[in-house]
Amino acid sequence: MEFIRFNGVTKQYKNGVVAIYDLNLSIEKGDFCFVIGGSGSGKSTLIKMLYREEKPTKGEIILGGLRVNRLRNSNVYKLRRKLGIVFQDYRLLPKSNVYENVAFALEAIGVKKSEIRPKVLKAIELVGLKSKLRDYPDNLSGGEQQRVAIARAIVNEPKLLICDEPTGNLDPVMSKEIVELLADINKKEGTTVIMVTHDKTIVNSMKKHVIALKDGHLFKDYKEGEYIDEIL
Amino acid sequence: MKFFRILGRSIRDAFKSVGRNFSLSLASISCIIITLIIVATSIVVSYNVDNFSSELKKDLTIVAFVSNEVDEMDLAKLKIDIESISNVEKVTFKSKTDIKEEMMNEDDSFKNAMSEWDEEENPLQHTYLIKVDDIEKIGETATAIKNLDNIDVVKYGEGMVDQLVTVFKVIQNVSIIAVVALILMTMFLIVNTIKLTIFSRKREISIMRLVGASNFAIKLPFVVEGMILGLIGSIIPVFITIYGYYALYNYFGGKLFTDLIKLVKPEPFIYVASLVIIGIGILVGMIGSGRAVRKYLKV
Repeated sequence: MEFIRFNGVTKQYKNGVVAIYDLNLSIEKGDFCFVIGGSGSGKSTLIKMLYREEKPTKGEIILGGLRVNRLRNSNVYKLRRKLGIVFQDYRLLPKSNVYENVAFALEAIGVKKSEIRPKVLKAIELVGLKSKLRDYPDNLSGGEQQRVAIARAIVNEPKLLICDEPTGNLDPVMSKEIVELLADINKKEGTTVIMVTHDKTIVNSMKKHVIALKDGHLFKDYKEGEYIDEIL
Repeated sequence: MKFFRILGRSIRDAFKSVGRNFSLSLASISCIIITLIIVATSIVVSYNVDNFSSELKKDLTIVAFVSNEVDEMDLAKLKIDIESISNVEKVTFKSKTDIKEEMMNEDDSFKNAMSEWDEEENPLQHTYLIKVDDIEKIGETATAIKNLDNIDVVKYGEGMVDQLVTVFKVIQNVSIIAVVALILMTMFLIVNTIKLTIFSRKREISIMRLVGASNFAIKLPFVVEGMILGLIGSIIPVFITIYGYYALYNYFGGKLFTDLIKLVKPEPFIYVASLVIIGIGILVGMIGSGRAVRKYLKV
């Protein structure tokens, strides 16, 4: 079943730079999809348009039946509640512990206190940080911090998990662990995962759907298992 | 329910934030305190001025002295003439005998001197005491009465009251200007306090946006923070109003210099005034923080 659809999407920034040219692509529900490409290839712009941080200049983006590009600014929050977003720099609250960081996502959208606790504990358990519940981000390794960020992203059981270079700051071993965790969430929870990366080793080893961008154009859309390391 | 959860969270966050930016919060609170003390003073002054001037005006009476060459007939006609003047509400006749009696009762020395007067020797004059409907037109009415036949002199104690009211009105206007200026300055300080809070919580705000917090939920804590600054700032002025006014009232024995100027009774006046002060404090905080949120918090 199709979950995400880009129809002729072009994005030109106000300074005149065109980041994406006439992009057409489709992502299935429950898919695990890498978006790869060099610097300036439009990877980040592509996912920013998905969570409506940016609006396409032309074309249409449909996410789970919702026309994202037509969404009014005042309603963007409704879209974001259905998404989980993970960044390279974790974006945790330094003065809150693991539990509080994850709970923050639910408190911010007004979830009942009695519902918050079980959901948070479940998410933290899923990322394997049950023993570090009361630890502060400063006392965690980079990989653990990213796990907290992932727990925060999935705590509201999103339909789509968007990861912008989540392994960018991590060493290869930790990177592998994080990607395996994401694959695990994808498999267990059925969450669609889109992960932007330029780590070819990971992409090679996972054999998943790969969208390769080059200079704002779709270079190639590899179905699962099709990807072989090409020079982009 | 959800609204109250978000509100509860906002209040908690706002208190935390006041503590976190303590120095700037303190500056805003101090400014609010000074502003509200002046607001309180001007409320007390203007309410008292309004009160005593209306009390005084209520008591204002035209006294018309009738010439001594009148008979019963003339007196009756005069009464009808006065009553027929527009704006006259009530006419009371006081004969010179009545006045003599009254004065004798007031003072023993009068009593000795006046007891020997008989009807013929009594040098006092018959008077009419006239109450008017519209106090603003008392001057015109007095003139109209003066122009009647057989009226010697007309008096009404307006001049002094007017002067007093004018003096207090000037004080009132000056304090209003000071209050407006101070309120603007306070708002400016609050805008800056909240701006700092917004900057110091940038990360939190960006995460709230990402997880899908509504604009309302993102903005509310900052507006609440402004209101809390206003609320905290109104505590001291409220105490000053309550205890200060009690002290003032008791010190002067409920009147200012003369029996003419009665002070407003402390209860319930000071409580109403306190509520107004708290209301102004919260409102100023809310408007200031609202401005900061509109200007610096783009969602």
